[in-house]
Amino acid sequence: MLAYLVNRLLLIVPTLLGVAVLIFFMLRVVPGDIVEVKLRGDGGNPTQETVELERKRLGLDRPLHVQFKDWMVGLVTLDLGISMWTERPVTEEIALRLELSLQVAFMATIVAILIALPLGTLSALLRDTWVDYVIRVITIAGLAVPSFWLGMLTIVSLLFFFNWLPPLTYTPIYVDPWNNIAQLIWPAVAVGYRYAAVTARMMRSSIIEVMNEDYIRTARAKGVYERFVVVRHAMRNAMLPALTVIGLEFAFLIGGLVVTEQVFNLNGIGRLFVQAVSRSDFTLIQAMVMLTAVIFVLSNLVVDLLYAVFDPRIRYK
Amino acid sequence: MTAGAAPVSIEVQRIRRRSPLVAFSLAQPLGAVSGIAIVVMGIGALFAEYAAPYDPVAIDFAGILSPPNWSHWFGTDAFGRDILSRVIYGARTALAIGFLSAFLGCSVGAIIGVASAYFGGRTDILVQRVMDVLLSFPIIVLALVVVAMLGRFLVLGVDVNLILAIAVPMLPRVARVVRSSALTIRELPYIDAVRVQGFGHARIIFRHMVPNVVAPYLIMLTASIAQAILLEASLSFLGLGVAEPTPSWGLMLSGNASDFYREAPWMILFPGLAISVAVFAFNLFGDSLRDWLDPKFKV
Repeated sequence: MLAYLVNRLLLIVPTLLGVAVLIFFMLRVVPGDIVEVKLRGDGGNPTQETVELERKRLGLDRPLHVQFKDWMVGLVTLDLGISMWTERPVTEEIALRLELSLQVAFMATIVAILIALPLGTLSALLRDTWVDYVIRVITIAGLAVPSFWLGMLTIVSLLFFFNWLPPLTYTPIYVDPWNNIAQLIWPAVAVGYRYAAVTARMMRSSIIEVMNEDYIRTARAKGVYERFVVVRHAMRNAMLPALTVIGLEFAFLIGGLVVTEQVFNLNGIGRLFVQAVSRSDFTLIQAMVMLTAVIFVLSNLVVDLLYAVFDPRIRYK
Repeated sequence: MTAGAAPVSIEVQRIRRRSPLVAFSLAQPLGAVSGIAIVVMGIGALFAEYAAPYDPVAIDFAGILSPPNWSHWFGTDAFGRDILSRVIYGARTALAIGFLSAFLGCSVGAIIGVASAYFGGRTDILVQRVMDVLLSFPIIVLALVVVAMLGRFLVLGVDVNLILAIAVPMLPRVARVVRSSALTIRELPYIDAVRVQGFGHARIIFRHMVPNVVAPYLIMLTASIAQAILLEASLSFLGLGVAEPTPSWGLMLSGNASDFYREAPWMILFPGLAISVAVFAFNLFGDSLRDWLDPKFKV
């Protein structure tokens, strides 16, 4: 088990290295950088000299391989450089917002699981009845409805039906759990709908497959209550493919957060990413891409380890 | 000859081949409905000048933020612009950008997939690793990176780089699916035959392999159009896609809509609905097309 874990962690290194190389050079192939955006942004017309000076200050005038070496050394020592716009350390900028976004991500995951597993199972068991059709329409719609629009509709509905709006300022959960959840549950639901839809579809097809297995017939034959057949025998086995989807979609949550944080006025990493892109803040974009990659490989690892929990036959050596 | 013998009638059974359009509609009624929705949207987008009751950019300060009524079915926005007209013109933007970028992404992806399968060996492994790296990012993150990389580049009022930014995330998905179909084709005798004849790589790939992966290509194309429409809306919503005053569904949900939508929900209701219906229709059509063309095919 330990050997497996070490092996997996070592395999992460080349993947991340590939991403680091790719993003570094991608951003620099095309001419134009933050200096232009920064100095020309407000209609200013800087002299060539000012531009060169600013470029020098930000270290953009150095040869590419020197910049690349700095970036690599920085990655290893977890020093991701200084934001070219705010001039604060990138790690600090991210750390400031990571807590909020991670909380929304985890809440969205919980929402998705709570909705998807029962709905997917129900849809499979009542296949081709109206219940199945309704659930399938709900799940297909989940792939089509943009999460930012769903977020706006949520706000409008809360205002219309309850004459209430979620709190606007962020309070950490350990300071005021009620206020915190009252603010963050809505974006979690908006992002979680798509998540739930994808997972429910997988759960449905997985349950349909499992229900034809011999062990289900055996369980029924020995007189196990249908409820236990479904919950203990079918759902547990059907969990594995669903788990893969849950892990994958968790890694992709940042995509949903990018747009949803905008709607709910949340100062999270999704919003930071959008700001970085609109300002061509290379150091920050690079760091965000690395962060996305790290979350992806880590959630894949966690999923693989959870397989062993749900399926005792799987042993990692 | 006795009278009353029944005349022998021979029933001629006509063999009629149903047109594929009818066959598809009968086998996949939902697919047919979504197909009709797509056609209606396409016609509306194409003839937006005739379909839209007002000029989508005409500002009318006398009638700002008016709720849906008989003269403005979908209401007006904070500049008094007619929302129905903007939604119709928005379909033009969404479908044009959606189709162009999906077509570009899928075509390049399919060629990469077929070439990767055809050459095999190290080339295949290298290409697949790069695709794996691209696949580990959510599509909007990839699109944002391309936007950051390229900036804006307008040709005839269309941001070419936006189309590229939407096309790039489609690439790896199509490449992977098409590659797996191409792998089986590569082993078929006729490919050996054309190889023996000494045809060049390019000719074998384009003339002999590409035409045989049309089914997965078409399925991926419809699914990608749905993704592309959603992506265009998201990028425009973030202010990194289509720029004002071009009507775009995503753009209609941002800007001053975000200041006024609590009081004037119709401002966001209809554009959002338009995005959802369009994406839903293309997804459903893609699903039905898959079931019809290739029941074993899984994306």
